[in-house]
Amino acid sequence: MDKREPLLVVDKLVQHFPVSRNYTVKAVNGVSFNIYPGETYGLVGESGSGKTTIGRSIIRLYDPTSGTITFDGDVISGGMDNNTRNKLRRDMQMIFQDPMASLNPRKKVESIIGEGLDIHHRFSSEAERNEMISAMLKKVGLSSEHAARYPHQFSGGQRQRVGIARALIMNPKLIIADECISALDVSIQAQVVNLMKDIQEDTGCAYLFIAHDLSMVKYISDRIGVLHLGYMVETGTTEEIFNNPIHPYTKSLLSAIPQPNPVLEKQRTSITYDYKSSGIDYASGTEHLVDGSHMVLATDDEFAAWTK
Amino acid sequence: MEKGTTILDINNLDISFRTNAGSIHAIRGVNLKLRKGETVAIVGESGSGKSVTMKAATGLLDGNATVNSGEILYTYEDEQGNMVTTDLLKLSKKDMRRNFNGRHIAMVFQDPMTSLDPTMPISKQIMEGMLMHTDMNKEQAHARAIELLNLVGITDAEKRMKNYPHQLSGGMRQRVVIAIALASNPDLLICDEPTTALDVTIQAKILELIKDIQAKLGLSVIYITHDLGVVAKVADYVNVMYAGRIIETGLINEIFYDPRHPYTWGLLSAMPDLETDDARLYSIPGSPPNLLHEPKGDAFAPRNSYALVIDEKVAPPFFKISDTHYAATWLLHPDAPKTEMPAELKARLERSRKEAGYHG
Repeated sequence: MDKREPLLVVDKLVQHFPVSRNYTVKAVNGVSFNIYPGETYGLVGESGSGKTTIGRSIIRLYDPTSGTITFDGDVISGGMDNNTRNKLRRDMQMIFQDPMASLNPRKKVESIIGEGLDIHHRFSSEAERNEMISAMLKKVGLSSEHAARYPHQFSGGQRQRVGIARALIMNPKLIIADECISALDVSIQAQVVNLMKDIQEDTGCAYLFIAHDLSMVKYISDRIGVLHLGYMVETGTTEEIFNNPIHPYTKSLLSAIPQPNPVLEKQRTSITYDYKSSGIDYASGTEHLVDGSHMVLATDDEFAAWTK
Repeated sequence: MEKGTTILDINNLDISFRTNAGSIHAIRGVNLKLRKGETVAIVGESGSGKSVTMKAATGLLDGNATVNSGEILYTYEDEQGNMVTTDLLKLSKKDMRRNFNGRHIAMVFQDPMTSLDPTMPISKQIMEGMLMHTDMNKEQAHARAIELLNLVGITDAEKRMKNYPHQLSGGMRQRVVIAIALASNPDLLICDEPTTALDVTIQAKILELIKDIQAKLGLSVIYITHDLGVVAKVADYVNVMYAGRIIETGLINEIFYDPRHPYTWGLLSAMPDLETDDARLYSIPGSPPNLLHEPKGDAFAPRNSYALVIDEKVAPPFFKISDTHYAATWLLHPDAPKTEMPAELKARLERSRKEAGYHG
């Protein structure tokens, strides 16, 4: 097992949204995982599996129903004192899915990127602030003239770069990237993913990479968690998950990835997985260790049957 | 109609849009052929003109569009069994709506939530086209609608008929959209990013469903997509579009195992397959051109690390690689310097050729 101190520990996170007196959306039901400094953890699952909710609960856009989240030694899941809150807001940043919707259209790029600096008083003079902003723009592959422009004057890929610059300027330890490349064109996706990898090498930040595109997740992540209906059904290193999937849901997910190889692709059919008819009850499953860091959610009988 | 007859033939299509900023030359000479029972995919980034081409074929072009030149010949069998060929661009909007949309050419759109009417039960939406285009009465249409729902794999069809779109899951909604498209027995189905809004597991199911139905009913299908994985699963022919032009066209195996255009190389390498473990993904630098300014020479030249001097002056014509495979790049000219595709991609194609047992 890993001896390093984890940067983020999520322990039995539960996030419910009461809709009315007798109906509650149970988005996340007891999910646990760790993220170590400088690594990329990929969260995959279909829409409605709770992957975005987990990201938003961690950065405290939601108040978790129960469970604890520990970030860099501090518990951040309950009430926080001012110090902890400031630290959280500084060291954890988020990149959103839609770069058009997540940038304020009435602000110049300079104010968008500089907002965190202003709030946390991270500069001693105006000149230093401008210096930091233009250095950040260069880092994400834009030029310092772009600082005076508005978001609508950029293309989709450039806008996502602005979103990345805004997250990076605080020198965060953890960046939550929520489907940050799904809204981009294929050729632009590769550019943004390369940029994210370069930045990780430079600054040593960790990513929580939330996505539904499995080939991209496999490419960028060190470890992966597979979510379904608010349960973490399987987690492990990328190799463990892709080479030896245990849970039937993971298997069906992997079998559905389209491959750019027409001869093979035409012969292949995807494996069907239907939770209702599968007879699996996630709530009664417990975590079973396969080997290394590879965990599967299953009851004892299921685990025995799947690993046969 | 026999298999193999050309049913759609787009010749030299050229379309521009009037906007406040000036005229945008969105389609710059597109040629495309589709034969009965076959599947053609049009691949390209947003803004490459792939959707506009198909909108022209269905008469759904926006009001500010002008067709500068070209023809879209559509061949079908009329009620007497005669083969008729018409130019779809010459038809009036009314004629198009009444006689072609739905009846001959049907379309499946990207987002099933926005293409279905939230205020109507799905039964009404499926029957609408049938009551319009055929002389079926309500009972017959109802029976046929149930039959269609069964065909697209919706269980409990009878009960589902009364449902509204919001009561169905994303995959179910897209199945309903496909059922609506099939309602009046079209010959040609155009799928505009049919699975982009869906999850991978459901995407695979929907693609398999369309393939199944195509085989059963002998439909011709056009896919518009940017996802090469989807293309690999469904298509017989592939057309790669860039900046309003088709830049490479060929059989699916030719495009995937032996691509010749640098842009196709870029597209293929930008998408990691499950074996990719290179430190960096190959990416195409820059972004697609703004067609407000007519590109001089080859539109791809500014992003192309293989560009030659001539690329900036004259747009390349199509060079023939095989009877079915053509690519518009000067690199294929006999006088061009010898160039190789990026090494990572070469290794990958080698591997996938081996896995597939393909010898081209």
